Amino acid sequence: MLASVQPMHIPDGFLSTAVAVALWVISAVVIAVAFRRVGKELGEREVPVMGVLAAAIFAGQMLNFTVAGGTSGHLMGAALATILLGPWASVIILTCVVGVQALIFQDGGLLALGANIFNMGIVGTTVSFAAFSLVRKLSGGQKWGLYAGGFLAGWLSIFIAALAVALQLALSGTSPANIAIPAMAGVHALIGIGEGLITLGAVSLVMAARPDLLKAGETRNKGNALVWAAGGLLTLLLAVLSPLASIHPDGLEWVAGKAGFLQTAREPLIKIIPGYLFPGVSNTALATILAGVLGALIVLAAAFAIARARRRKTS
Amino acid sequence: MSHAHFLDPYQDRPSPVHRLDARIKLLLVTAFILTASLSPLGAWPVYILLLALALSAELLSNLGIRFYFKRAVLALPFVLAALPVLFTTPGGAQLSLPLGLAVTLSGLERFLSIALKSWISVQAAILLASTTTFPDILMALRALRLPRLMVAVIGLMWRYLFVIVDEVLRMLRARQARSGETGQGGHKPGGTVFWRAKVAGGMAGSLFLRSLERSDRIYNAMLARGYDGEVRSLPHPALQPADWLLLGGILIVLIFILAVGQIAWG
Repeated sequence: MLASVQPMHIPDGFLSTAVAVALWVISAVVIAVAFRRVGKELGEREVPVMGVLAAAIFAGQMLNFTVAGGTSGHLMGAALATILLGPWASVIILTCVVGVQALIFQDGGLLALGANIFNMGIVGTTVSFAAFSLVRKLSGGQKWGLYAGGFLAGWLSIFIAALAVALQLALSGTSPANIAIPAMAGVHALIGIGEGLITLGAVSLVMAARPDLLKAGETRNKGNALVWAAGGLLTLLLAVLSPLASIHPDGLEWVAGKAGFLQTAREPLIKIIPGYLFPGVSNTALATILAGVLGALIVLAAAFAIARARRRKTS
Repeated sequence: MSHAHFLDPYQDRPSPVHRLDARIKLLLVTAFILTASLSPLGAWPVYILLLALALSAELLSNLGIRFYFKRAVLALPFVLAALPVLFTTPGGAQLSLPLGLAVTLSGLERFLSIALKSWISVQAAILLASTTTFPDILMALRALRLPRLMVAVIGLMWRYLFVIVDEVLRMLRARQARSGETGQGGHKPGGTVFWRAKVAGGMAGSLFLRSLERSDRIYNAMLARGYDGEVRSLPHPALQPADWLLLGGILIVLIFILAVGQIAWG
């Protein structure tokens, strides 16, 4: 019953070890930063608030509505958590939800958990944060911005996360890009509508019942320009990269079979991207793009961590 | 409608697997899944060795192989995502199908490898979850140096998950009583799609607000009992020599399996 409905939790065996480990590293860094931020903001309330709301998002994934003919729309919750609690708290909550889903309910693998946290927690959160704040800003504080932003954040969080999943599968040689990406994108463009509508409904209820919560969120989100940038960047990159990868399937002829797969496994972690080329990619241009994206993400995450540590020291 | 405790996958049985220290179990399951992930494609004997290892642990756990197989099947609809490699991997003899598709031998090899690896890995994860209580898993996570704060959040989440799932079940029942939602049993669902989505959204929003208020009450209760922001836990029980022996033994077996796979098929 608590099994997730979105075909988005990658099980073990579907990602190459290199992809799985790289995403674990990125996720771990972002989670560490998120804990610092939220700890500063909530103080000793952090444990009860984060714990109970993680349980709420987990249980909230059972909420559904009938669309037509036996199909139904469901909630993943990344957008809702981001809008109501801010991006950092959302990353922690989604990490806990996805982690327990993997550890206890075998919803997604353990080695693939880093990737699943990245897709649903980090991509879902940053993308919905960027979309929501952008629409809020465009609307100039009007009410419609809240609703349009809620819907867009919900839809985009699902859609972009699905693109990330498809790209990771293609990178691992598990699913050819020219099939996986359009398929995942198509299915999740529809699933995302459900997410968007539920998020919209939830935001409008909170607006009617506790407008102070949304106001508090707005002041809190002032200092999150970096998240904003990261979300925008991720959205653009994945939205641009995916069609590119699916149009040029030859470029994604991942010979994961023997050579590439094992070489990356044998080499130390630092050499995962030898000479800015992704192992196993024959198309140099595409490989460079991919290596660049991953490299940029790692640098971004590291810069984030260092900046945080500095600021803590000086303050 | 019953309470949600049936969700807990832990199955209490007297067995050596249940008695094994959770730290050792978590480490071994992780190492096992890593080994499966690192094994080359098409290394069938390696998969059989790994499966044998998983099966023997399953037999020792007194839960019955069928229990594992049933759960493992439920976790595998994702295999669909790998289906296209059947047709797109170049090389090998071809088996022509209608619609211009052709299954290649290397495509078949890759598909079966992915599916098998995934199936074997998920069995190890099921073994861990069904023979270890959640507090023991938390203890193991803490012992493996996961941040205390994170373990505390996950622990609290687990404690209230069942309360909140019950709350969601009550909400769903209330909705069903009022709007014929879900369209089950030949009933037409009420309202338009947008109205139904708005109702579900309202439920999500009110679940959020209720949970926020609940967390306030919990925080006050924690304060009343002396909570000062510090998460304290009992010291971990010491590992016995037998635990270390088992850990070392199985790790050696896994490294051996990995080496065989790399040398013969790498």
